[in-house]
Amino acid sequence: MEKIKCAIIGPGNIGTDLLYKLLRSEVLEPVWMVGIEPGSEGLARADKLGLKTTSEGVDGLVPHVIADGVQIAFDATSAYVHPENSRKLNELGVLVIDLTPAAIGPLCVPPVNLKDLAGRQTMNVNMVTCAGQATIPMVAAVSRVQEVAYAEIIATVASKSIGVGTRKNIDEFTRTTSAAVAKVGGAAQGKAIVIVNPAEPPLMMRDTVYCETVDEPDQAAITASVQEMTAAVQEYVPGYRLKNGPTFEGRIVSIFLEVEGLGDFLPKYAGNLDIMTAAGARTAEMFARDILAGRLKLEAVKENA
Amino acid sequence: MMSLEDKVRGRKVKLHDMCLRDGMHSMRHQITLEQMIDIASGLDDAGVPLIQVTHGDGLGGSSLSYGRGLHSDREYITAVAKNVKNAAISVLHVPGIGTLDELRMAADCGATCVHVASHCTEADVTEQHIGLGRELDLDTVGFLMMAHMTPPEHLIGQALLMESYGAQTIYCVDSAGYMLPDEVTTRIAGLRTALQDETEIGFHAHHNLGMGVANSLAAVAAGANRIDGSAAGLGAGAGNTPLELMAAVSERLGIETGVDLFKLMDVAEDRVLPIMPQPPRADRDSITLGFAGVYSTFLYKAKEAERKYGLSARDILIELGRKKMIGGQEDMIEDTALSMAKARALI
Repeated sequence: MEKIKCAIIGPGNIGTDLLYKLLRSEVLEPVWMVGIEPGSEGLARADKLGLKTTSEGVDGLVPHVIADGVQIAFDATSAYVHPENSRKLNELGVLVIDLTPAAIGPLCVPPVNLKDLAGRQTMNVNMVTCAGQATIPMVAAVSRVQEVAYAEIIATVASKSIGVGTRKNIDEFTRTTSAAVAKVGGAAQGKAIVIVNPAEPPLMMRDTVYCETVDEPDQAAITASVQEMTAAVQEYVPGYRLKNGPTFEGRIVSIFLEVEGLGDFLPKYAGNLDIMTAAGARTAEMFARDILAGRLKLEAVKENA
Repeated sequence: MMSLEDKVRGRKVKLHDMCLRDGMHSMRHQITLEQMIDIASGLDDAGVPLIQVTHGDGLGGSSLSYGRGLHSDREYITAVAKNVKNAAISVLHVPGIGTLDELRMAADCGATCVHVASHCTEADVTEQHIGLGRELDLDTVGFLMMAHMTPPEHLIGQALLMESYGAQTIYCVDSAGYMLPDEVTTRIAGLRTALQDETEIGFHAHHNLGMGVANSLAAVAAGANRIDGSAAGLGAGAGNTPLELMAAVSERLGIETGVDLFKLMDVAEDRVLPIMPQPPRADRDSITLGFAGVYSTFLYKAKEAERKYGLSARDILIELGRKKMIGGQEDMIEDTALSMAKARALI
């Protein structure tokens, strides 16, 4: 079967974990790995796995995009450099999946709104944050049953699974997640709290979701919806588990989750990175299927749209 | 050998009151504006140089997980700032909970000092927030919480990071009230040796093992010049170092705090004590916090879970300690209690 060729920008933890997932994809074929440090471990690994590599950033990839038929690129760098990377690739008709918290394109949490993005001719899709990917499906599971006035999420990640970029930009991480909890999750107001725990051995990612409904919560309907949504996330993140809840106290619904990674490149405790790369791959696969079926034709963006 | 008194006599120490921030935990964040103004103006009149005013979990802490504040941080800070003459108003700010916009708001409302807090091993999440503190010209403090959980040499490395981001003061924070005086001495002395001379050093205690004053004195002897405490000890767990006790001991030892001891005692007795549902006391659960090294604020939700599920709060706290839960993970108390209750067939 024909596959859509992809590039990954950023050969760090996320980029490398994503690479392993793309190598298993039926519709995506990773062909380029883009870094900025010559001889970096991530580039060397990609090279060994048969990808072309450059250490000259996106500028090193641009001259090869057309010849190598790259149609989708994943950006796993930082919120600060993402807009420029995206512009350069969009100009060449490459669809960009943004794994940074830059959030310049529409936000995507696959089981919640991936289908809405089909046919919208968007050239940049943002994957929110790992905390958002883990929790927003649950906010949506409640808000599709009844109106949610306020949703709050607490994401706890192992210290070893959080890179320098996120630490330096923790404010963007927190704000992007909060905004997406409301916008994509479907709550009138959203709040996100992020905790980095250094315990050894490292703790598995934990996420707690609180939803405050406008009226008395319909316990049976919400419980069913939460279980259904858990199964929908498990389709691409098998280690996504409902640990406790939903519990109900007044109008507050509490949901306690655990996310175990597949252990592709990162250890299993790093469920936060796994859910991010799995969501990115799943999103790209939908677009790839549309391209292969002739339903989607990517077009070069002349001006920065 | 030099006695403790030899080491501290004549030293200048800034006392920093926490009852309107750490005390918010014990008051479940329900202190009224009138009570805040009454206490803050009393502390100001007693010459306390620094008063912290924020939700217990810092700016943006008002939430379902930590408890909603009766008023917003904006309302609290504005009200207190307008009603003190000399004291500086400080705020607590935890990256991951509060955002940079909230720190800008606090500065706009009259706060002039910020404690930027992280867990003792995660100082590199504070760079943006310490940077903004300096940019806003705030007295900017790096606040290393749960400091008992990492060896002194590692704590010093984290302090150096915060100093490199621009923090002008570094705190060793005994959030669990676990430390004993020798452990305080090692950490503070290490910080004093490693940090630049102009960088100040602070110590924040919890009184869970009754060591608040003793530990604070050990900190001063080892080189700290900022000491946190609370009038009447109002703070999480068994409370913070009772500030009036610290002031009385300081006066006997010749530590210069600039505080009017009797006025401070009166604030504690006449203004703080009457608002407390119960005075902080090292009950079995608070002792457990100190003994097992668990974040002091976990006390309240553990007690709630005890009532809800018929579990012992002490068992829950011990389990949280075993799972190495840290500050901010209040959501895991309910989760842990639910799992324990299920395992014991209570639900």
